Amino acid sequence: MTTSNLHLYILAAPLLGAFAVNLLGRLSRRWVAPLTLGVLGYATIAALVVLARVLRDGTISYTIGNWRPPFGIELVIDPLGALMLLLISAVALTATFSSLTSIERELPGREHLFFTMYLLLIAGLTGLALTGDAFNLYVLLEITSITTYGLIAMGRGRAPLASFNYIIMGSIGACFYLLGVGYLYLLTGSLNMADIANILHGLQETAALATAFAFIMVGLWVKMAFFPLHSWLPNAYSLAPSGASVMIAPLMTKVTVFLMIRVMFSIFSPEYEFIQHAGVQSLIVWVAALAIVCASALALAQRDLKRMLTYIIVAEVGYMVGGVWLANSQGMTGAILHIVNDALMTLCLFLAAAAIAYRTGSLGFDSLQGLYRRMPITMAAFTIGAFSMIGVPPTAGFFSKWYLILGGIEANQWGYVAALLFSSLVNAVLFFRIIEIAYFRTGEVGHGHDHGHAAVRVEEAPLMMLAPLVLAALALIAVGFGSGPLVSGVIRLAVPGGF
Amino acid sequence: MQGIIAEIVAKYNYWIYVVLMMIGFYAMIGKRNLVKKLIGLNIFQTAIILFYVSTGVKRGGGIPIVDKHAALTHGIDPATVVNPLPHVLMLTAIVVGVSVTGVALAVLLRVYREYGTLEEDEILEKIGK
Amino acid sequence: MKQVQDRAQTRAVGESLIIQTAVRLMVPFIQLFGLYVIVHGHYSPGGGFQGGVILGASFILTAVAFDLQTSLKRFTERTNAIMGNAGVLLYTGVGMLCALLGGLFLDYSALVRIIPMDPVEWRSLGIFLVEVGVGLAVMSIMASLYWDLSSRGELDEGL
Repeated sequence: MTTSNLHLYILAAPLLGAFAVNLLGRLSRRWVAPLTLGVLGYATIAALVVLARVLRDGTISYTIGNWRPPFGIELVIDPLGALMLLLISAVALTATFSSLTSIERELPGREHLFFTMYLLLIAGLTGLALTGDAFNLYVLLEITSITTYGLIAMGRGRAPLASFNYIIMGSIGACFYLLGVGYLYLLTGSLNMADIANILHGLQETAALATAFAFIMVGLWVKMAFFPLHSWLPNAYSLAPSGASVMIAPLMTKVTVFLMIRVMFSIFSPEYEFIQHAGVQSLIVWVAALAIVCASALALAQRDLKRMLTYIIVAEVGYMVGGVWLANSQGMTGAILHIVNDALMTLCLFLAAAAIAYRTGSLGFDSLQGLYRRMPITMAAFTIGAFSMIGVPPTAGFFSKWYLILGGIEANQWGYVAALLFSSLVNAVLFFRIIEIAYFRTGEVGHGHDHGHAAVRVEEAPLMMLAPLVLAALALIAVGFGSGPLVSGVIRLAVPGGF
Repeated sequence: MQGIIAEIVAKYNYWIYVVLMMIGFYAMIGKRNLVKKLIGLNIFQTAIILFYVSTGVKRGGGIPIVDKHAALTHGIDPATVVNPLPHVLMLTAIVVGVSVTGVALAVLLRVYREYGTLEEDEILEKIGK
Repeated sequence: MKQVQDRAQTRAVGESLIIQTAVRLMVPFIQLFGLYVIVHGHYSPGGGFQGGVILGASFILTAVAFDLQTSLKRFTERTNAIMGNAGVLLYTGVGMLCALLGGLFLDYSALVRIIPMDPVEWRSLGIFLVEVGVGLAVMSIMASLYWDLSSRGELDEGL
């Protein structure tokens, strides 16, 4: 078995695993957990090896079926892509421990179906990090979206309606992206990203090119819930089953931000976006600032923990889009570092929310009273995640905000800097409110249970849900301390050239 | 005025796709019934598929199915055959559309079982209560 | 004659002897045509998805003309699930096999190590294996889409 195909096996393993889980899970339920964990563990280790190899050797390019590009589909792994691969595999593996436990309770008897879609989603995300072909990106984007629609619709109550709303909006976004790629194909005659970039170099500026760019950008913004196209996200992510939201919430929007970076720098060139259309650039940074402010304000009005976290996700997407469009190296570094940090922070907070929901059955603020006493480790990890969201050193969130603020100051975008500081303040208010309810109010014991188990004492979450939570919280601190080497060793290489 | 009419007549196929797309878009946003929204989505996707396929058409071009031996001996003159690449890409897009429709219909079944109706305003009333 | 009249009277409302006989005659030919379309994807319009849809449509036709239970008796839900998964596993398995044998993913010329043939021949024939896998998967998806949607998931009676 040659290791030159290793990056392919990272994609093929979840794909094969999904259908193996479906087949073998029908025979016996006990196959699901070891298969899923085995496949994801393999993917994580392989992603580490690929990252080491890319940092040592440079960009790897791999042609499927041995058809040379631009005729064949090409997989391109540069440092940014390898970083995303590792992030996706590691976050998915960590979240799976928690999913296995909560899905046993929420969807008894259907775990094999759930994990088939789960593994297909991870295969799609991995493919998105690898691909170097514009149409292949559309196909993989739709694979991830369709499995997400299915996973969200498996929840209770209003979840199918939220999923239908997401289907409509998500498909509009994907169709816009497809239209944009159609325009690019008309102009250049090629679908390979590097080839399109080469041909566009020699082309003159036309309205068709601007239309293609606009369609692709708007399509990706709908998919990543950039304000004001975000209305599907709060309902969809908060009503999904906890086993699904711990994996979808950290990954989907961040991978779409990564795709936006890919499109902006591997297909179009920085000169086209930033210099020729300078007005558009500062407009988008203003919209990003507006997104941060509005999403933070909306988060203040929520009474449910998971919904509040979903509005915070919308604000974080605003950080990243603004950081990318700041058009300087600090902003770009901050945005890429924030992709990594935000995935870990969201993972930590959603894992804590899943643990709380598993034990108390509800996530309204009233049922969080006195949780510090009864679930101390969960709330300690939640506190670390909260500090990271606020931006307290030495947790990871501080360093990415630092780079973004530096980039904003350097680009004279004072609105964006003000929005960042305002959002930190609002996050502080939000999270200290929760910490106050959980710590200082002693409230009724186990009030949140809605299954009639009134006499059950709320106790610490089970080990399978606690271990990934503690791991995520420790990772936040570790990435915070390791920000320096991370930035200089990996991210500086990942920042696209031209700055 | 002459210029605008000449523009529209010369590129009438693109205007048809735009009209179809807007019909689909209006159905997705303006209609109250959930199934009609889904049909609007299908119309929107179909319009994009038509747009793509039309990009390969050439004046006087024939179907891109050629005899194997003729192709091996004489080669294929690209001006005589329609570009088959957009056709193949759109096969994939059709499959994606079918999958989304299938998932959406299954989700709508669950919505119907939960609320008893597929009209958006009635469902919002039931949730609001 | 009496027998035919009896049968016509005991039949449920909406079912027609003509349609049922015609469908019973046509379905084998439809399936044969579906297989034909899968195999001829090389040289004529066709391929895995198209042939799979035709094959799936034959089961849907049975379910519409007779009732859901007849269609399920012919092609049980368990067989459906196994074939669907087997189809995708065949596709991905062939790709992985090529990668494991030293080539790249879906690089059929690497399969010369198993059956020695000209690599160019293998590349031409290897896609056939993939198409069969796709056809199986699409067939089972189409059939199960109709069954689940028309019976609201319970698979007891259809439209």
